[in-house]
Amino acid sequence: MEKFTSHTGVGVPLKRSNVDTDQIIPAVYLKRVTRTGFEDGLFAAWRNDPAFVLNQDSYKNGSVLVAGPDFGTGSSREHAVWALQNYGFKVVLSARFADIFRGNSGKAGLVAAQVDEKVVQALWDYLEDNPGGEITVDLEAQTVSTPGGEVQDSFDIDPYTRWRLLEGLDDIGITLGHDDAITAYEATRPSWKPVTQRA
Amino acid sequence: MGKTLAEKVWDEHVVRSTAGEPDLLYIDLHLIHEVTSPQAFDGLRLANRKVRRPDLTLATEDHNVPTLDWDKPIADPVSKTQVDTLRKNAADFGVRLHPLGDIEQGIVHVVGPQLGLTQPGMTIVCGDSHTSTHGAFGAIAFGIGTSEVEHVLATQTLMQAKPKTMAVTVNGSLPEGVTAKDLVLTLIAHTGTGGGQGYIVEYRGQAIEELSMEGRMTVCNMSIEWGAKAGMIAPDQTTFDYIEGKPEAPKGADWGAAVAHWKTLVTDADAEFDKEIVLDASTMTPFVTWGTNPGQGVPLGANVPSPDDFEDQTDKVATEKALEYMGLEAGTPMREIKVDTVFVGSCTNGRIEDLRLAAEIIKGHKVAEGTRLLVVPGSVRVRNQAIEEGLDKVFIEAGAEWRGAGCSMCLGMNPDQLAPQERSASTSNRNFEGRQGKGGRTHLVSIPVAAATAVRGTLSSPADL
Ligand code: SF4
Repeated sequence: MEKFTSHTGVGVPLKRSNVDTDQIIPAVYLKRVTRTGFEDGLFAAWRNDPAFVLNQDSYKNGSVLVAGPDFGTGSSREHAVWALQNYGFKVVLSARFADIFRGNSGKAGLVAAQVDEKVVQALWDYLEDNPGGEITVDLEAQTVSTPGGEVQDSFDIDPYTRWRLLEGLDDIGITLGHDDAITAYEATRPSWKPVTQRA
Repeated sequence: MGKTLAEKVWDEHVVRSTAGEPDLLYIDLHLIHEVTSPQAFDGLRLANRKVRRPDLTLATEDHNVPTLDWDKPIADPVSKTQVDTLRKNAADFGVRLHPLGDIEQGIVHVVGPQLGLTQPGMTIVCGDSHTSTHGAFGAIAFGIGTSEVEHVLATQTLMQAKPKTMAVTVNGSLPEGVTAKDLVLTLIAHTGTGGGQGYIVEYRGQAIEELSMEGRMTVCNMSIEWGAKAGMIAPDQTTFDYIEGKPEAPKGADWGAAVAHWKTLVTDADAEFDKEIVLDASTMTPFVTWGTNPGQGVPLGANVPSPDDFEDQTDKVATEKALEYMGLEAGTPMREIKVDTVFVGSCTNGRIEDLRLAAEIIKGHKVAEGTRLLVVPGSVRVRNQAIEEGLDKVFIEAGAEWRGAGCSMCLGMNPDQLAPQERSASTSNRNFEGRQGKGGRTHLVSIPVAAATAVRGTLSSPADL
């Protein structure tokens, strides 16, 4: 996983609440055998609508999603996070996240930053006045801001996830940090334990 | 204070333990299949990682493989892609794979035990919830998600919080004709589908000790259906006899050392469980489900329940919904329910002992007019053994369809599916809406009930023949 310290990118206002994972990526798009390529399925039902925010030129290259409350509810599919990342999103800002979605995001390296509802509204207002405007999310300082200082506030993220993202450590990376302990344990395994193939 | 069996096995696998963090648990055996592994391998590739212990990893093709024409290219493009991907991943990462057509191919939970890879005191995981099957040998075995599959591939460990322990003690002996499947269906109806949540369960008592290894696997297999993290049974002489001589079992001096250790894997007399349930096997009867979860079951001799039979409002509503989906009238005797398809197979009841019992009951009878019987062995070895014993002829002469090995109609990912509203009596483990095909209606049953039902065309036990 790449280290995440700070990111500045085009903000995308998603003015909906309760966006569940079926809306983020419908089940019919789950048949792939890779972790990549899910961008086509992202918000599939809404993408047909020319007025949908991602179909507007100013937001096409968005990387900071500013969503309504209760983002990521529903099925536990990890594909929802992959789809957002595959499209190019680095951060989702919302007043409330579903637990499993938040957990999956942390695992995969997508920053799910929880802000006050007022901040979401302020960012929406800012983007309304400045379509295609950029937003900076600083994980080190735990702040979200706009270049002209229109919005300047803090966000919440649990300290363990923040630490992992700053260090660029996924669960596997953390466990591999205990490689010595694993190797030491392996040395104690009895010889009669079964193996599936012999050297 | 002493330790429970689960605690002993758990403690033997802790690589690292720190207060406030989950334990890092070593995994002795990682089983993989085509459906839940592709993204895990893809994740390894993206991060430039390798499989830490290919020699503790085994892959087989089972979930979506066809049970007819398995020597021809797979017709369904999605299934074909998943199978091809598994083959490529196994080759690229050096994992042993038993593909379609191989003598060791079959359902992952049938293959592990028959190779002798499943042994007491191990930790075994697989991206499949019925991994609990392997607990029948006194192993801690449970299903994991795709991210965890990747974690195990890369590190051979898992981060896990230690679950609580529960004892299910089944006293007395099962009456003649009542099987392990009836026992576990009775238990689930008793506890509800969430009763085991958060626990590793140890099944014990006379009725459990009297079960064959196949029967014990059937019980542990369905642990997940009442929400348990895992189910296990202390290893004993029955276990050792089953393992001895299997291809990957310990040999020579290793065998002695292994058995000596396995004999220590019992719950100490002064150990305490967080919870205990006691059941009496001698009062059990053939048991079948009427609803859309495995907890919605009654004795075969009973009637379809009515929403009014339940106090709890949620139960009332659930019953109403289930009866509607299942197309059943409250009060109908279970024995009068007509069945279109009987499915004998799955990791719950697709082993050789199951096929022997089914053949013994069907021998000399014909499958009822208007009913079809699908017999799907759990593995190629089971299939070959059945052919050697002439069981295939018994099934074919009775009018059954004798198929190749795999999960088949257990989950309907391959072409073996129920049509909308088609009704099945199935020896598998899940009767969820649409599990065996969109709109299909599933009654979970034991092998004797499946066999007798095939002959009579209505839910029946051998006593009705
Ligand atoms: S037989 Fe059914 S329950 Fe068993 S592994 Fe296959 S799909 Fe899962």
